[in-house]
Amino acid sequence: MIIGKIQDGIVLDHIKAGQGMKLYDILGLDKLECQVALIKNAESVKYGKKDIIKIDSIIEMNLDAIGFVDPNITVNIIRDGKLSKRTHIDLPETIEGFVKCKNPRCITTIEQEIPHRFKLTDPETKTYRCVYCESKLEQ
Amino acid sequence: MRHLIDIMDLSVEELDEMIAVAKDIIDNPEKYAHKCDGMKLATLFFEPSTRTRLSFEAAMYELGGNVLGFSEAQSSSAAKGESVSDTIRTVGCYADIIAMRHPKEGAPVVGTRRSTVPVINAGDGGHNHPTQTLTDLLTISREKGRLNNLTIGLCGDLKFGRTVHSLISAMSRYDNVKFVLISPEELKVPEYLKEEVIIRNGLECEETTDLEKVMPELDILYMTRVQRERFFNEQDYLRLKDSYILTPEKLETAKEDLSILHPLPRVNEISVEVDDDPRAVYFKQVLNGKFIRMALILKLLNK
Repeated sequence: MIIGKIQDGIVLDHIKAGQGMKLYDILGLDKLECQVALIKNAESVKYGKKDIIKIDSIIEMNLDAIGFVDPNITVNIIRDGKLSKRTHIDLPETIEGFVKCKNPRCITTIEQEIPHRFKLTDPETKTYRCVYCESKLEQ
Repeated sequence: MRHLIDIMDLSVEELDEMIAVAKDIIDNPEKYAHKCDGMKLATLFFEPSTRTRLSFEAAMYELGGNVLGFSEAQSSSAAKGESVSDTIRTVGCYADIIAMRHPKEGAPVVGTRRSTVPVINAGDGGHNHPTQTLTDLLTISREKGRLNNLTIGLCGDLKFGRTVHSLISAMSRYDNVKFVLISPEELKVPEYLKEEVIIRNGLECEETTDLEKVMPELDILYMTRVQRERFFNEQDYLRLKDSYILTPEKLETAKEDLSILHPLPRVNEISVEVDDDPRAVYFKQVLNGKFIRMALILKLLNK
């Protein structure tokens, strides 16, 4: 299966196999007008299998969202057909705006304008908790 | 400006300092009778309460201050859809300090975001209730003379019981404290509390469904009510509400210097015959609640 090179755009590489669609949704890539390719189960020397997302445009990326899905993802910026910048992502300390608290008792369920915000409470287990009710974010 | 949202907002040194102030208030009430002259406490209770609201109000009156507020959401602008943040900001124009209770978890955090005065969390759903924990700590300190080297039994609803969660967190910072968690399977302490407080701090802990078996080893028995308002399903409540009922017979094997605490209100989990037992200190605990809230108000108002 061949997907052509991109001239100016972004390649999200080393996505854990099976997580590509989740990242596609969280980043809202369905709203883009440009070409976007989601490759599932590509061969990977490092992981055996991986997912890859190619975006045929240089857009603003929510690195926190990427780090939340998988901190091992690399973000490659392509300019003039060449790798211009490679960024390795860390697990973000806080995340906001792309996941919601599911605790029915949380204040965010009745006050719509409050931003849904989570903080990292345990990096080892990748546990995030709602900053208001402290419920664990189920992933 | 300081708020009190979670008991863990206070360091052990601050807890000890507030307990010392509360004891001094008990011994020398006249010293404190005018500390808050001309100041106002707003009690904003979006959910009903007897003890907590009245103890806050009594505390402020005994410090020489005044009180305003509401005791149910229907008599506030919340009924018109006003946000918590706007309500707190508005009330901050009238009062020097706010104590708020809200049925939704995390509401006091939202309240502090735009507040111009200190906010005290007087209970947010099943989440936190730090002033009850302060009350519990003062009671344990007065009854036992220490907050370390204790075996503490927590009995009843350990899942939704916010007072239990806060007490475990607070006591986890004192040396040589062992927890005995007594509950039905369905009402066990949440996993996160076990993982992030008990296990992470390497605390000694035992879980059981059998109160009578562990009774002889306890220094403190903290009873709790199975709370109807925390259940989405009435049948679950009815099935679990009578899991533990403390009677004089069950206390026969208990230590002579056991202290029985309960955050109150009780329904039937402690039989009234136990009230005459000198080990029952839950009504002393109510009185301690007023004194520690006085100490808290003084601290947050820098008095």
